Amino acid sequence: MIKRLFVLLAVAGMAVILIPFVSGNGAGDALNNVAATYVEDAPRDLGTMNIVTAVIVTYRGLDTLGEVLVLFIATAGVGFLLKKRREGDPVQPPSEILSTGGMILMPLIVLFGIYVFSHGHLTPGGGFQGGVIIATAFLLAMLSARRLPIYSGLLTWIESVSGFAYLAVGVLGLVLAGGFLDSRLLPAGRYGSLLSSGTIPLIYTFIGLKVGTELVSILDKLRSNQ
Amino acid sequence: MIVFILAVLLFLVGLYGILVKRNIIKLAIGLIIMEYAVNLFFVLAGYREGGTAPILDGDLAPGTVFVDPLPQALVLTAIVIGLGTTALLVSFAVKIYEKYDTFDIRKIRKLHG
Repeated sequence: MIKRLFVLLAVAGMAVILIPFVSGNGAGDALNNVAATYVEDAPRDLGTMNIVTAVIVTYRGLDTLGEVLVLFIATAGVGFLLKKRREGDPVQPPSEILSTGGMILMPLIVLFGIYVFSHGHLTPGGGFQGGVIIATAFLLAMLSARRLPIYSGLLTWIESVSGFAYLAVGVLGLVLAGGFLDSRLLPAGRYGSLLSSGTIPLIYTFIGLKVGTELVSILDKLRSNQ
Repeated sequence: MIVFILAVLLFLVGLYGILVKRNIIKLAIGLIIMEYAVNLFFVLAGYREGGTAPILDGDLAPGTVFVDPLPQALVLTAIVIGLGTTALLVSFAVKIYEKYDTFDIRKIRKLHG
């Protein structure tokens, strides 16, 4: 009982701490300086239609690199904890509908994932979202196939190569353009076309491949550990 | 104003879950709720009155108000990091279950089981 009281006190204390966040905030109608600069400069300087992509890949590219690293470390941790074992038989074999539908849908979902990460600079989407969509396609395949061989060596290879290529594009930006991960390495191209806005589609493709393969290997480890 | 209060309430729900629950999976769920409350708070803080998504797709009227793109970018990365850490948390839970045959943190006492 006294324990419950302390818990409630702690929650109430946290609520008191958070009051300034609530009261000092309100939806204004103007952007602050940083955001206004991003919205105005991104289409002109970088040629992106999606401002969020410009912020993620170029303006705050270093943050994104750190985030990719965090995801890599988390994947490495999962791989370290859950060692690959012999594949157990599924508890219940998938039904006819699930296996047929899964095999029909899986390539379409992979295609959609590739669309999302390659059009990240034009439409809502990007490397992280595209990678997650690809991982869901493989999750569906894992659920619907009786035995799906996942070549973890190939996954590791794709992941390493795309991570290295991401870093290499960043360093090339340092040498040939304005700074680390500067996307103006390549010409901006025609505004609104697929091959435009410099290296942003390239970087997002690498990120998409890396995130996708990392998540697929996490799913594979979680599946085969039983 | 009211949406910020709701986001903070969601955060407190997650905090309460972490403090009260004894099952590791439920603790993970509490952590996820807190994480998403913070994400929600950031996105709400970037909202502007009548703003649209910051994507310039040609047929926008001049003078359109955009929402703040910066919190959206940060939350996007935070979601992916949350996914990674959640996977790590779940694999810790799997390992603990293999070793102790329970998810109850009160029954996990011996370090060398």
